[in-house]
Amino acid sequence: MTARTARPLRSFGRRWWHQLTSMRTALLLLLALALAAIPGSTFPQRSISPTDVDAYYERHPDLAPVLDRLWAFDVYTSPWFSAIYLLLVVSLVGCILPRLAAHLRALRAAPPDAPKRMDILPYHRRLEVPADRNRARAALEHHRFRAVEREHDDGTVTIAAEKGHLRESGNLLFHASIILILAGVAVGSLFSWYGNRILSEGEQFAYCNNLQQYDEYGLGAYVEETGLPRFCIRLDDFEAEFTDGGPTAYDAEITYTHQGDTGTYDLRVNHPLNIDGANVFLIGHGYTPVATYTDRHGNTFETHQPFLAMDDALNSEGAFKFPDAGFDHETGRVDPGAETGFDAVLVPTFDDSTGMLLGARPELGNPVLALTAYQGDLGMGDGLPESVYNVDEDQIASGDLEKLNDEVEVIGLGDTMELPDGSTLTFDDVEQYAVLQVRHDPGGPIVLAGALVLLVALLPALIVRRRRYWIRWNPDGTSEVAGLNRNDYDGLAAECDELTADVAPAEPPRTRTDSEDAIGSTS
Amino acid sequence: MTGAAAANAMFVATILVYAAAMFAYALEYAFDKRAPERSEALMAAGGEGTDGGTFADSPSEAPVSPAAARGAGRIGIALTYLGTAVLAASIITRLIYTGRWPWGNMFEYTVGVALAGMVTWLVLVQAGHVPRRLGLFATFAVTMVLGTSVRVYTEAGPLVPALDSYWIVIHVTAAVVASGILLIGCVFAILHLLKRRLDRRISDGKTARFPLTVAERLPAAAVLERLTFKIHVFAFPLLTFGIFAGAVWAHFAWGRYWAWDPKEVWAFIAWVVYAAYLHARVSGRSARSHAPWLAVLGYAVMLFNLTAVNLVFPGLHSYAGV
Ligand code: HEM
Repeated sequence: MTARTARPLRSFGRRWWHQLTSMRTALLLLLALALAAIPGSTFPQRSISPTDVDAYYERHPDLAPVLDRLWAFDVYTSPWFSAIYLLLVVSLVGCILPRLAAHLRALRAAPPDAPKRMDILPYHRRLEVPADRNRARAALEHHRFRAVEREHDDGTVTIAAEKGHLRESGNLLFHASIILILAGVAVGSLFSWYGNRILSEGEQFAYCNNLQQYDEYGLGAYVEETGLPRFCIRLDDFEAEFTDGGPTAYDAEITYTHQGDTGTYDLRVNHPLNIDGANVFLIGHGYTPVATYTDRHGNTFETHQPFLAMDDALNSEGAFKFPDAGFDHETGRVDPGAETGFDAVLVPTFDDSTGMLLGARPELGNPVLALTAYQGDLGMGDGLPESVYNVDEDQIASGDLEKLNDEVEVIGLGDTMELPDGSTLTFDDVEQYAVLQVRHDPGGPIVLAGALVLLVALLPALIVRRRRYWIRWNPDGTSEVAGLNRNDYDGLAAECDELTADVAPAEPPRTRTDSEDAIGSTS
Repeated sequence: MTGAAAANAMFVATILVYAAAMFAYALEYAFDKRAPERSEALMAAGGEGTDGGTFADSPSEAPVSPAAARGAGRIGIALTYLGTAVLAASIITRLIYTGRWPWGNMFEYTVGVALAGMVTWLVLVQAGHVPRRLGLFATFAVTMVLGTSVRVYTEAGPLVPALDSYWIVIHVTAAVVASGILLIGCVFAILHLLKRRLDRRISDGKTARFPLTVAERLPAAAVLERLTFKIHVFAFPLLTFGIFAGAVWAHFAWGRYWAWDPKEVWAFIAWVVYAAYLHARVSGRSARSHAPWLAVLGYAVMLFNLTAVNLVFPGLHSYAGV
């Protein structure tokens, strides 16, 4: 590239850089960021609830793919959202660095000398009796001004004083802390992991911390699957307390083992457990009905199946599946078409008098199961992923599964439902499960540190004012004082009057106005 | 009478008392036609211009004499103190009755905002930063907030487990107080915009008609603008702190500090708009003249977050769906 083309290019670049780091641009980018955040609250987000996104796809099959291409379901990781905040970060850095350099220079430099014409400054007084220099120095020191004294050739002496650099320090620190917070968020997205696990009560459901054991999980880009800390958790007991107004407390007693140590913990909402850098949170709960199926040959199968809550009253849905039913000990063969499944709704407090199946209260007042039975081929061996919360609808549609009762059968605790082939399902018990989230986020402490710095720096950045004060002894024996505020505030005259009174106490009574000290004008 | 009923009775009494105060202030605002008070003129001197104090109408035409109007103003401020005390008592009664911190649902939250707003106002009046007669606008704004809260009224009841944490006390108290102060800030931003428009019409030689003529008795536009700024400077760190405390609470309650839940999204938007307001205020002249609009926009976002987001968007925040 020749020098001739490089120069306009450079000036072009400089102009753009200037533009990008101007306050106006910062303002526009801030507003753009606010606007860009809105769609994230109007469309379901994959990061929060993938099932809501699926539901949206079902409701709007035409619109959803188009929206998806515009990242409407991943707003906060979308290129356009990222572009805005990256520009803002660049603008921020471009803004901070020059200001930091200027601030460091200003911190070291002496306050500038009094201007030639002091009477044009916002605050100005002529003193009848010349101020005493020692007094003046002491007074300024007392008020914590940085002051320099200068003697000029014509016999003029000045003291220049300045105060309030803390404002710019706070301001720079505040803006830098935003970068720190964003850095923490970035570290979090690269190095964090989490897993959600539905955990029923009892030793047989204990699980250990590896991804296969989680119902749902997420891994940061730089997390090794094998690098997760090794520990195991078991739910000993879960209790929920309810009053008329709804739930008031959830309490999960867990036992964990980690590197040979065993501990117990009382896990509650707002009361997580920390194991080896990972936090275990209690984020939900539900019911696990226990049922026993006895096939016509007398084989029994006990099942503990977590059900999903459908509403606040914890009416829950789920399925019982018995793919191994129908083994005949006499012939040594399995009856064809004997696989059995039930679609079920658990109603915690069934009330016959309402004429409605679903109950209105979440506690186990009068639990019932509402059951629909199917026999045939459950379709479980075909390798396709399937839901544990309902019997496969495709198998029903294809006729491979036969529906045995047209109307749901409602049975209470201890009751039994009998199928046409003589097999039975007994409703034995209801246990509870907890939904645990295990999460490790190394970015969290960085974000917290950034937030604390931000808060601490914000106060001086907003409240401290930078101002200057000058005293001049003229060769003719008179002296004058003047004040200038570098930030917009009301209290300048009052403050300067006070200074003047200390500097030259012989002054006739000063005229003070009480209007000037409005809110926010503390230093 | 149960504690809940007593709290409700006091709540209704507050609205009535504020309505009476509003009427008293309106009398003072309309009929106390003398030159602005000394302190007001001085306040204006702190700003760029001074209030004209051009009230040429002869007092004899007015149905209420200036002295009587000032008397009405004194009654107005007394009623404001009374109403605020009763409102505080209502909240405390609810607190005792439910045995928990009284920010458990949208209704309680909104009432808290009203209280914080009125206390902010009284502090400003007491410290001599604003003339008494502007209480007309403060009581109006606060009564509107209280009126809205009735629409989301919820029986006093216990908290869901996620809300049972001292972080809720910190987080919601900061949010309530910041919202209350910002409400008053928004009132000043609107008053400033009104006065500014009136000034512009007058300097253009046009005559101002009814809604705008209300602004005649306001302090100078520059004074209102400075007050707007100072109130926001005071409230912004509090709002920031409230949002951070919310993130800490989210960490303990839901296992993550920030997940773009609708409530979080709109808190973020409000914060960014207020940051934009502060930037606009300190950068060039033209941006500065737009700044009050940003302050109003900021409060619109706050209100949207308080109402629509709870009712329209599904989210984890307990009062989603009130
Ligand atoms: C993430 C985005 C940003 C946020 C949240 C933010 C927030 C703030 C806040 C709250 C203040 C108030 C302090 C005051 O009024 O003095 C402020 C001041 C300031 N900001 Fe920003 N800011 C951001 C980005 C930027 C950028 C990119 C620039 C560069 C152009 C910038 C330049 C300034 C300057 C120069 C001040 C000082 C105003 C003064 O006091 O004289 N800000 N900022």
